[in-house]
Amino acid sequence: MALKEGLIGRKMGMTQVFGEDGKHVSVTVIQAGPCPVVEVREKARHGYNALQLGFEPKTKNVTKPQAGHFKKAGVPTLRVLKELRLEKVEGYKVGQTLTVEMFSPDELVDVSGVSKGKGFQGGVRRYGWSGGDATHGSMFHRAPGSIGASSDPSRVWPGHHLPGRMGGDRRTVLNLRVVRVFSEQNLLVVRGAVPGPIGSLVVVRKSVKLTKAQRRQRKAE
Amino acid sequence: MDAIGVVEASQLKKNRGDFAPGDTVKVQVKVVEGEKERIQAFEGVVIRKRGEGARASFTVRRISYGIGVERTFPLHSPMIDRVQVLRRGDVRRSKLYYLRSLSGKAARLKEKRAVVPTSGESSS
Repeated sequence: MALKEGLIGRKMGMTQVFGEDGKHVSVTVIQAGPCPVVEVREKARHGYNALQLGFEPKTKNVTKPQAGHFKKAGVPTLRVLKELRLEKVEGYKVGQTLTVEMFSPDELVDVSGVSKGKGFQGGVRRYGWSGGDATHGSMFHRAPGSIGASSDPSRVWPGHHLPGRMGGDRRTVLNLRVVRVFSEQNLLVVRGAVPGPIGSLVVVRKSVKLTKAQRRQRKAE
Repeated sequence: MDAIGVVEASQLKKNRGDFAPGDTVKVQVKVVEGEKERIQAFEGVVIRKRGEGARASFTVRRISYGIGVERTFPLHSPMIDRVQVLRRGDVRRSKLYYLRSLSGKAARLKEKRAVVPTSGESSS
């Protein structure tokens, strides 16, 4: 699972495009890549297969250890480094650059990012509790209510839903359809929303889930 | 151009900006009925233009059999064949919502003078 190739990108914002039937399609624009391969991690040597990808050039405040790392790979100094675990890393070379051309329209992708922080939120917002009546003398509005039973178990179960910090978690949205690819500008246009605010880093990967057609084919094999 | 601009630029139609609120227009809308596609006209007064780029839209108001009907179109929609300007209206605000509470003679607009009416050109 989650071992498909992908790119590091930046969420540029949302807009809408017209579909074939003339209807609006809400889309997110992602600046994806170019991502040079800075290091290849191999099972035999490192215990797992992964690509270390870089994103966005960095010229100021590059420390010497960082500069050395990029020099070894023969790539310019970069701002972002991320490892992408892969099933197989054969065919990938250090110094090669992955671009948005690996995606084509109508393909499905998974996009991961850090969701917008919502601060300290109550249970109604955070977990979708119903809450109580606002009026009719209810006296119970948005409070958590009882959080445990009596002498048995005499404690609150671990993981019990309570108010707390919401958002700011890494989240992945599965199966977003690629609407368009602008390879010249390294832009990827996907249908729907992706986690995080505009300007945040995201990882776009080929979808892990099989489509219905692929499942059928696999069954037949 | 920023990233959003690049994406939206690919969606824009030419010759779609040639009318303003107050103008009487004839919008040629493509209607798909089963397999067949035909063009239907919607004629009325533009009471609103809003938004930028590919998200821009406009609203046309007409009185149909005594009932006020408003239709909002995406300005760059591929379902619009063309927008024909029939009459230029002389108005002093950009959103003509006040027309909704007026009817009959009161809902008329002055025609803009010294502007030669032009017809919107066909798209694509």
